[in-house]
Amino acid sequence: MSYQVNEKGYYGNFGGAFIPEMLFPNVDELRENYLSIIQEENFQNELNDLLRDYVGRPSPLYYAKRLSAHYKTNIYLKREDLNHTGAHKINNTLGQILLAKRLGKTRIIAETGAGQHGVATATVCALMGLKCIVFMGEVDIKRQAPNVARMKLLGAEVIPATSGSKTLKDATNEAIRDWINNPLDTYYIIGSVVGPHPYPDMVARFQSVISEEMKKQLLEKIGNENPNVVIACVGGGSNAAGAFYHYLDNLNVRLIAVEAAGKGIDSGHSAATSVLGKPGIIHGSKTLLMQTEDGQITEPYSISAGLDYPGVGPIHAHLFETGRAEFASATDDEALKAAFLLCELEGIIPALESAHALAHLEKLNAKEQEVVVINLSGRGDKDLETYIKSQKG
Amino acid sequence: MENRINKLFNSKKKNILSVYFTAGFPNLNDTLTIIQELENSGVDMIEIGMPFSDPLADGPTIQRSSEIALENGMTIKLLFGQLKDIRINPPSNANAIAPPFSRGNSELPLVLMGYLNPVLQYGMENFCKDASALGISGVIIPDLPLQEYLDEYKSIFEKHNLKNIFLITPQTSEARIRLIDEHSSGFIYMVSSASTTGAKSGIGADQELYFKRIQSMALKNPTVIGFGISDNKTFSKACESANGAIIGSAFIKAIDGSKDLKKDIKDFVKGILGERALV
Ligand SMILES: Cc1ncc(COP(=O)(O)O)c(C=O)c1O
Repeated sequence: MSYQVNEKGYYGNFGGAFIPEMLFPNVDELRENYLSIIQEENFQNELNDLLRDYVGRPSPLYYAKRLSAHYKTNIYLKREDLNHTGAHKINNTLGQILLAKRLGKTRIIAETGAGQHGVATATVCALMGLKCIVFMGEVDIKRQAPNVARMKLLGAEVIPATSGSKTLKDATNEAIRDWINNPLDTYYIIGSVVGPHPYPDMVARFQSVISEEMKKQLLEKIGNENPNVVIACVGGGSNAAGAFYHYLDNLNVRLIAVEAAGKGIDSGHSAATSVLGKPGIIHGSKTLLMQTEDGQITEPYSISAGLDYPGVGPIHAHLFETGRAEFASATDDEALKAAFLLCELEGIIPALESAHALAHLEKLNAKEQEVVVINLSGRGDKDLETYIKSQKG
Repeated sequence: MENRINKLFNSKKKNILSVYFTAGFPNLNDTLTIIQELENSGVDMIEIGMPFSDPLADGPTIQRSSEIALENGMTIKLLFGQLKDIRINPPSNANAIAPPFSRGNSELPLVLMGYLNPVLQYGMENFCKDASALGISGVIIPDLPLQEYLDEYKSIFEKHNLKNIFLITPQTSEARIRLIDEHSSGFIYMVSSASTTGAKSGIGADQELYFKRIQSMALKNPTVIGFGISDNKTFSKACESANGAIIGSAFIKAIDGSKDLKKDIKDFVKGILGERALV
């Protein structure tokens, strides 16, 4: 069984490039060039230097002693929260902007949900001196105000998406429409393993540094590069793809993807795509998505803007269908509880997205000798308001 | 039976006017009135939009008409129910607003336009079978790419005598245009500029160059220009370089909030066609 994309852009039954003809030349240019460009030595050198000196990689793999004692197992946190800009998103934006430059593009667009990808894009645009336009749902602009301010400070223009549910899905629609209208000078930096081929594969490759480091770090710390379990949250699925990547073919490592259950899977306010979704087309990709019987895409809900997406990347649809990854979910309340527990026991304020992965520890029942790695995809600065509000309860 | 799209382009080579509307807009049950009035006003072909929640290739006007149509409850099933009597005269259901059209039975080619996901949920085979039985002649699905069509769906379309209509844009390479021409047998939809629907109006020098370039390729299929065609001037201009033109957003705007749909449609088409309009 292969968990990698095939030459037609598919992971099993999922993937492809379902794009209007207007986007064909851009996506095709990318498809033709992405592998050769990212394998060039000078590309690799430039990316690796920046990942080290600018992002601060490798991100630590931290043994969370008190959390481990609490759950009576061995928990390591992969500290993507310590990256520059506070999440894993910058691994991808750096890679893509170097690619965009080599393709001669001068104007960068991006969508964002929580604002982390928007900030990471605005950051690398400032670094490279390129114009940056970020589309963000009107609802998300309100609930992630600090990140909006950061993007603006970094010189990006933030354009509210006012259609549909006014969240990540709609921001993505607007970014795609902008690309249709500006096909020549513009490069679209997608923020997750979603969109038409080759984006899911490309983003997964840029995020795969997470599990590449995990292996080395585990070998150093416990003498074995393989943990028993890797847990990551899934919105579109980029941090999970990165954390799973180098373990996909090692069936001894359990991979657990945690989706946002919102107010509960059956509450009608959820974003648990693997349970509530059916195969369909969203943002140029055949994957699992939440939709009505008539094929209209439905509006998801999660307290966490970064997980508030009605689809998952095609790689995750494939991992779900083949059973290679286990899919779990955490509700808003479970995520909040897990976030507070991490604050209390480890002095780390996690992003609400990452808190969903942490929440799964409650259900995992890991054995005492087992090693569990949680991908702590981001830090919680952007979520302070939500945390404070819910603490007052 | 000869496909009505081929019949049209065989009998008329110039100034073909195709109008797009979103089914279910402004009101759920306006579909037949709109078709009837467009035909009676002298339109040559009609594109019936199947509304989608996430219309990626559409600008604000068609996004909004789609949103309203969905709020009104439009679905493919419901639309097909509305179109049941379109080719039958007199209608089987005496209460239906349906033909007679002033030019007799509707022989106008009807083309369904919409996004892939709702069609896939309906089921491609059933969709083609049912559409064909209603007398639909062609389908435009912007997010169904050429290769996917060839690999998965071409035989289904052919079995049901449906034309799949492909788009080309100013950025489409010559080789790809040749490929699309080879695999088309209805017409080729020339998107006038790099844009979503309704974004720009007017035809500039760049576009004329692009139109001339396509003209000089002498494609085997007829061409129709769409996106940004909004009035008599842009329609006439487009018709100089292609067999016809398609109007969408401008028509949606014209019937938005209409108090007298028939009159507004008649006036709109008259405005586009100028003195050629049937009265
Ligand atoms: C910290 C953090 N984790 C996770 C996500 C979800 O994205 P993905 O599933 O692509 O990792 C986001 C998205 O904004 C995020 O900010």
